[in-house]
Amino acid sequence: MSKFSKKKDGELPAVSTASLPDIVFMLLFFFMTVTVMKDSSLKVDNILPNANEIKKLEKKDRIIYIYAGAPTQEYQKVFGTETKIQLNDKFANATDVGDYILSERAKKPQELQNVLTTALKVDKNANMGIISDIKLELRKVNALKVNYTTYDGDAFRNLQ
Amino acid sequence: MPKRGAPPEVNAGSMADIAFLLLIFFLVTTTIETDAGLDRMLPPIEPPETDVVIKQKNIFEVIINKNGQLFADEELVEVSQLREKAMSFLDNGGAPSGTPDYCNYCQGARNTSSSDNPSKAIISLKNDRETPYGTYITVQNEIVGAYNDLRNREAQRLYKRDFTAMEAAYLNPETAESLKDDLKEKVKNIQDLFPQKFSEAETSNN
Repeated sequence: MSKFSKKKDGELPAVSTASLPDIVFMLLFFFMTVTVMKDSSLKVDNILPNANEIKKLEKKDRIIYIYAGAPTQEYQKVFGTETKIQLNDKFANATDVGDYILSERAKKPQELQNVLTTALKVDKNANMGIISDIKLELRKVNALKVNYTTYDGDAFRNLQ
Repeated sequence: MPKRGAPPEVNAGSMADIAFLLLIFFLVTTTIETDAGLDRMLPPIEPPETDVVIKQKNIFEVIINKNGQLFADEELVEVSQLREKAMSFLDNGGAPSGTPDYCNYCQGARNTSSSDNPSKAIISLKNDRETPYGTYITVQNEIVGAYNDLRNREAQRLYKRDFTAMEAAYLNPETAESLKDDLKEKVKNIQDLFPQKFSEAETSNN
């Protein structure tokens, strides 16, 4: 009889799952830190057009968003199917854009107020008329830097 | 069995389950989005003090009608041809050698009835109120593309690097400051060779 008891053959040691919570927590913290909660829910259709000569919008704190498009299904009964502008959480007219830009600009820190960009998120089926109205309002309040937000893709797909 | 007097141990076995639950919640709600798009400057509302006289041959007029058809330089063109046409207009360099407007880096046709110099050449974009936004973006994309192609060509010649890559590196906040100064100068040089003179006139109503 041997002094040391032999290990039983053919039995694998169980993998320790003690570190599983640590791994999961690591993932959890990653997603918690990168998550951005949506600040406004969209009330308009917003399928952006495609373009490939695009620049990334860096520095999110310097951007003011304007949405435009046909109202979504649930709002069509009240607001019809014509293209509408959405500022923050409500529908607006083109004449409200100037005031909106000014109030958003006033909320930003002093040093950023001159470098703001207006991002136009417009549905690709919208008409240019509403864009022209927005552009005119933006020029009136001297918000001249605009970004036509698009998806990255082949621009000719817009024509179909 | 726990010793008498000592507090019983809390079972931490379900911690992983709780963490998983939270993890799945955040996984579902996360939208990692980086917005991108075409950057443009709108013209200021005050008209310029002095009326600048621009020669007709230095203007390349693009009109989009309400059906999305395209008029460029007074002829009907397909959108797919626009980039080529805009490039040949910008790169024309029609001013004869020896005049102050002479363009020594242009590789175009040097047609005297087209633009004199890239710094003089203006692209004017007009659209109808009924024009679909998608078409408008495609046209904008093609014109910006024409500028980028020409700038890339010059950047490759002078610095052996694409202009778009240099500009992206310059605008990226993670680029080191020392590199940025160098890039700033190069980007500006190229921009001066082919300045984006691209006017968006008021929309016509008819």
